Amino acid sequence: MKIHEFQAKQILARYGVRIPRGEVAETPETARAVAERLGSRVVVKAQIHAGGRGKGGGVKLAASPEEAERLARDMIGMTLVTHQTGPEGKRVERLLVEEALDIGRELYLGIVIDRAREAAVVMASTEGGVEIEKVAAENPEAIFKEHVHPGAGLLAYQARSLAFRLGLSGDTLKQAVTFISRLFAAFEGTDASLAEINPLLITKQGDVLALDAKMNFDDNALDRHPDVKGLRDLAEESPLEVEASKFNLNYIKLDGSVGCMVNGAGLAMATMDIIKYSGGMPANFLDVGGGVTEEAVTNAFRILVSDPDVKGALINIFGGIVRCDLIANGVVKAARELGTTIPVVIRLEGTNVEQGKAILKESGLAFHAADGMKEAAEKIVALVGKG
Amino acid sequence: MSILIDEKTRVAVQGITGSEGTFHAQRMMEYGTRVVAGVTPGKGGSTHLGVPVFNTMAEAVKAEGVEASAVFVRPFSAADAVMEAADAGLRLVVCITEGIPTLDMIKVKMFLRDRDAVLIGPNTPGVISPGKAKMGIMPGHIHKRGSIGIISRSGTLTYEAVQQVSRQGLGQSTAVGIGGDPVVGLKFVDLLGLFKDDPETEAVILIGEIGGSAEEEAAAYIRKEFTKPVVGFIAGQTAPPGRRMGHAGAIIAGGKGTAAEKMEALSAAGVHVAVSPAEIGSTLRAALSRGA
Repeated sequence: MKIHEFQAKQILARYGVRIPRGEVAETPETARAVAERLGSRVVVKAQIHAGGRGKGGGVKLAASPEEAERLARDMIGMTLVTHQTGPEGKRVERLLVEEALDIGRELYLGIVIDRAREAAVVMASTEGGVEIEKVAAENPEAIFKEHVHPGAGLLAYQARSLAFRLGLSGDTLKQAVTFISRLFAAFEGTDASLAEINPLLITKQGDVLALDAKMNFDDNALDRHPDVKGLRDLAEESPLEVEASKFNLNYIKLDGSVGCMVNGAGLAMATMDIIKYSGGMPANFLDVGGGVTEEAVTNAFRILVSDPDVKGALINIFGGIVRCDLIANGVVKAARELGTTIPVVIRLEGTNVEQGKAILKESGLAFHAADGMKEAAEKIVALVGKG
Repeated sequence: MSILIDEKTRVAVQGITGSEGTFHAQRMMEYGTRVVAGVTPGKGGSTHLGVPVFNTMAEAVKAEGVEASAVFVRPFSAADAVMEAADAGLRLVVCITEGIPTLDMIKVKMFLRDRDAVLIGPNTPGVISPGKAKMGIMPGHIHKRGSIGIISRSGTLTYEAVQQVSRQGLGQSTAVGIGGDPVVGLKFVDLLGLFKDDPETEAVILIGEIGGSAEEEAAAYIRKEFTKPVVGFIAGQTAPPGRRMGHAGAIIAGGKGTAAEKMEALSAAGVHVAVSPAEIGSTLRAALSRGA
């Protein structure tokens, strides 16, 4: 799960990570009031779930409260397009108004899970303000890493070593060591999958602060962090994906015209692949999962066909725990209720396959039955048309 | 032979009294798995599905000589269950549970470093040696005893591969789901090592997916020391970057872990890569007739 910068900073502040003074504003008037309270030059930052905000015009410096208000008036309600939002961009609903600090150096600090090493890794770099993937590709020796022992945690010497390699000294070094340790505590304490400070600011006075902050969380752990779970912003997600998540369906909207509904994530990806291989394009990823109910199948089908880009649907079920008859009943019910007219190809295999096929046949609905993935994909692509 | 389990393996089910545990323990018994005990804290002393239930795994080991366990425990308790099983001296733990936090699994993996137990999963359909035993949730009836080893990060896609193998008139020695999470127990490389030493296994099907580098590690291993024919398929060729495709581990992150990279690594190592998921069986047939 992703959250906004201001939310990440609130979490970090709870762990004692130093952040600039600032407040959230949802109106130009509030932005002005916040700037007055801060009593200095301020930075006005659009809060959307995407990076590259600065380049897109979503981060601006205001010399006075009046200017903060003016900037806020332009930014609230604007559609911000960055390299991470896609061409459609994202609407700005709120701003973070922060004190402007004297920038000395901009560094990078990030924590992720290193899957190959099966440990959290703290990464630091002198190349702040640049995407870490870019640094990794072009200048990998500029990234310093410390892997965290799962039993011992991040050790003081590791944080020190990173700070030394960043070229810090004196009180700034001490501050950085504390900062790194607390950032790791926040990462571990919230079951984060990413905690990234980019840039990590060293002010002209030598103070260490999080100028920007990004945190992502392990979805599997959210139920033990209700405070974090509550930070989910549904406005940042696709409406169909939000709807699907209510029924525990794994749905991801894509660009093609062939909707698909599959049980199991691997088979769902393979079904998307074979649609493309057969000359079509998948409109979505949809895994109905193992413990699916008839009601969830009905909802899955409804969500699938409510995507206006979907010109036809492919249902590919290999029954294991999921019974084919249950899937068939759910699909028949949904197709009847919705009066679906788009072509639907159904491939059923595995547990109770004969009962499932019989239900489809007896429904009298114009489903196209297919034997095997290949036939199913070719049939739906022929019905929908290529591309 | 087969790897990991056979008809003699003495199995305990952790969480046997829960609804999932009950359902699948029963299917495992019907398939011929030698389920000798269940473990549910607080239900010790009772009998469930005809086997004794214990409060702790240590007691189950002492009383019934348990050597392997299938874990059907809720996500936040599953890491503890796996470590309890390992501490009790089991040699194999198969964790079916989906939804275990990654940081929990990192701790589990460290814990297992100085224990004898190997872990399969989590978030796996489990392990089956057809005609002998199964520990997991896969439908037993689609499998057939034979000479093909299967290793997969997926569930239903593995069933698809199993069926394609059967349609070629072939069967499986052992089929193993390694799990769809970012941090899992045995990986492709470890299982290839076991299949290498299994005389019953003639060829291996490896089903990977986007995310992580387990397939690339497998490719490096195959190139160096695996001589049996290997057929590969990678799911997620059309998956967009940065999105988690159902499995917690199936994500292209920072441009890494794409299907294209993995297919290329496998091909370069001499693996017969099927581009279409419908061609896993026919690719296997072709690889076997070429004998390499």
